Amino acid sequence: MAAVANDEGELTTGRTGGAGAAATLTAFRYLRRNKSLTVGLVLLLGLIAFAVIGGLFVDPQNARPLSVRVLQPPSWALPFGSDRQGRNLFAVITSGTLLTLRIGLIAGVLGVTIGATLAFVSAYYGGWIDSVLRSIVDVGLTVPNLMVLIVVALMLREGMTVNVMALVIASLAWLYPARTIRSQVLTLRERAYVEIARLSGMSGPGIIIKELLPNLLPYLMASLVGSVSAAILASIGLDVLGLGVFEAPTLGMTLYWVNFTGAVINGWWWWWLAPIIVVGILFISLFSISIGLDEIANPRLRRRV
Amino acid sequence: MFIFYLVKRVGIFLLIVWLAATINFFLPRLGGQNPVAQKIMQQAALGGNLHVGMQDMVKEYETKFGLTKPLWSQYLTYLADTARFDFNYSIASYPRRVSDMILEGLPWTIALLTVTTILSFVIGNLLGAFQAWPGAPRWLLLLMPPFLAMSAVPFFLLGLILVYVVGFSMQLLPLYGGYTAGAIPQWSFSFAVDVIRHTILPAVAIILGSLGGWALGMRAMMVTTQGEDYVTFAEAKGLKDGTIFVHYGIRNAMLPQATALALTLGQFVSGAVLVEIVFGYPGIGTLLFQAITGSDYFLVQGIVFLVIVAIGLATLILDLVYPLLDPRIVSRSV
Repeated sequence: MAAVANDEGELTTGRTGGAGAAATLTAFRYLRRNKSLTVGLVLLLGLIAFAVIGGLFVDPQNARPLSVRVLQPPSWALPFGSDRQGRNLFAVITSGTLLTLRIGLIAGVLGVTIGATLAFVSAYYGGWIDSVLRSIVDVGLTVPNLMVLIVVALMLREGMTVNVMALVIASLAWLYPARTIRSQVLTLRERAYVEIARLSGMSGPGIIIKELLPNLLPYLMASLVGSVSAAILASIGLDVLGLGVFEAPTLGMTLYWVNFTGAVINGWWWWWLAPIIVVGILFISLFSISIGLDEIANPRLRRRV
Repeated sequence: MFIFYLVKRVGIFLLIVWLAATINFFLPRLGGQNPVAQKIMQQAALGGNLHVGMQDMVKEYETKFGLTKPLWSQYLTYLADTARFDFNYSIASYPRRVSDMILEGLPWTIALLTVTTILSFVIGNLLGAFQAWPGAPRWLLLLMPPFLAMSAVPFFLLGLILVYVVGFSMQLLPLYGGYTAGAIPQWSFSFAVDVIRHTILPAVAIILGSLGGWALGMRAMMVTTQGEDYVTFAEAKGLKDGTIFVHYGIRNAMLPQATALALTLGQFVSGAVLVEIVFGYPGIGTLLFQAITGSDYFLVQGIVFLVIVAIGLATLILDLVYPLLDPRIVSRSV
C-alpha cells in the first residue's frame, strides 16, 4: 500500500493535532520568506481593493450599454474610456472583476468541497468506492472540461445567469481536486498517528475530520486556489465563445466584445488594455499564491526552489 | 503483460468515445424535452430562401428522433449515427454536412496543435533542464518569472497582445485568418509562405503561454533526480557531466513530464481553440465559435465529439508510447 501511495505523490507535513491553527500561523510566518505567496496575495488584494473602492466612485448602472458616449478614449470623466455600445469601461471593469471572482469562488469552493469529501471517503475507506471514484475521475479528466461545459451552456443559454454559470462550472470542478486530494489522503492514511487513532477506537469520520483534515489544510487551500483559477479560466472561455451572460459585464464578456468588434485591429486600445491587464493580474496572482501555498504544503520544496 | 495494459487503455478510450456521444445525446434532453428539435423547428419556421430543403432535414430528424420513438431507440440511432461520424446537416449553413465542415477545418487545427505541442514541450523542458544545470548562466534563471507569468494567463490573452504589438503596431505579420483573403488555397510555394506567415502569431501565443509550465516542472524534476543515488554513483564512476546530465538526469526527469503532457492535453487544446478565435484561424476553434454564435447545434455537437475523441486518442497513443520510455509501468499495472 505504501508503495502505491508513494507513486501518487507525497506530502511531508507531519504535524500532529491542532495543525489548523498552526498552519495558519505558519502561513503568516512564511509570508516574509515565501516571496511568491506574498506577491500573489498583494496583487490579488490590490485588485480586489481596486474593484471595491473604484466601484464606489462610479454608478454600476454605467456598466450597461448606452449609458455614456460611445468609443471615448480615457479622460477624467471616463478613466478607462467607453466601448462601442456606450458602456463606461471603468464601471465595467470594477463590477466585472468582482463578478468574475464570484463565479470563480462559487465554482471553486463547491468543487473543492465536493472533491475533498469524495476523496477523503474513497481514499480512507478504499475498496469498491475507491475503485469507482478513481475510474470516474480518470475518465472525467481525460475529457476536456470546456467541451462538456459548452454543450451544457448552449442548452441553458436562455436561462444563463452568473450564478448558473458558476454552478455549471462547479459540476465538473470537483474532478481534479478529487484526484489530487485522494492521493494525499492515501499517503497520510498510512501514518502512525492515523494507525494509533484507529487502534484507539476512533470512528472513520472522526479520523477523517480530526486527524486527516487538519493535516491537509495547507494542501486544501492550495487546491482551492487552483480550482478558483481553473473556474475563472473556464468562465472566461465560455464568455469568449459567446456562451456567457450577455447582460453581465464580466471580464470574459468584455473580452468577448473586444474580440467580436475587432477592438484591437480597430485601434481602440483602451477597450482591451484594461481587461487584459486585470485578467492578467488575476491569473498571475492566483498562480503565484498557489505556488506559495504548495511550498507550505510540501516543505521539501523549500530547500529546492 | 503488455496485452493487459493495452486492453485496459483501449477500453478506457472506448469508454470516452461512448461518453462523448452520450453527453451529446442526453445533456440536451435532461430537461425532458428535446431543445435541439425545437430549435430546428424554429429555424425552419423562419423560412427564407436559405432554408429551402430544410423541411426535408426536419422530417428526417423527426423520423429518427421524434417524440413518437422511445428514448432508448433514439439513443441507439444516435450512437449508430455518431459511430459513422454522421452529425446531420449544419443548421446554419444548410445544405452543408457537419462532417464535411469539420473535415475542412481539421487539417488547420492539427497542424497548429502538432507544431505548438512539440515545440513548447521540447523548448520548455530543455529550458527547465538547463536551469537545473549547476553551471547554468544567470540570465537563464531570470527568464523564468516572465515565462511563468505568461503561463498563468490564458493563451488567447497573449494572442490579443501579439495581434496588437506585432500585427497592428509593427505590421510585421498578418492579423487575421489562415491565408490572405482572396488567395486561392493550392499547393504552391507562395501560398505555403502565406499560410506560415498567418500561423506564426497564433503558434507563438500558444508556445509562449505553455513554456513556463514545462520549464517549472522540468526544473523541479531535474533537481530531484540530481539528488538520487544513481547520479552520485555515476559521478563517482567518473562519467562526464554531459553524459550524467542527459542520460541520468533528463532521461529520468522526462517520465513525469510525459505523463503531465497526457494529463494537460485537454486544457492545452481548449486554450488553443480560443486562440484560433482571436486570430480567426480557419480551424476547429473558429468553426466552433461560428457554430455557437449561429446556434448550429449539430455542428457544435460534432466538434465537441471530435475534440473529446481526439484528445482521448492522443492520450491513448501517449499511454501506449509511455512503456517505451519507462518499462516499469507495464509490469506495475498488472
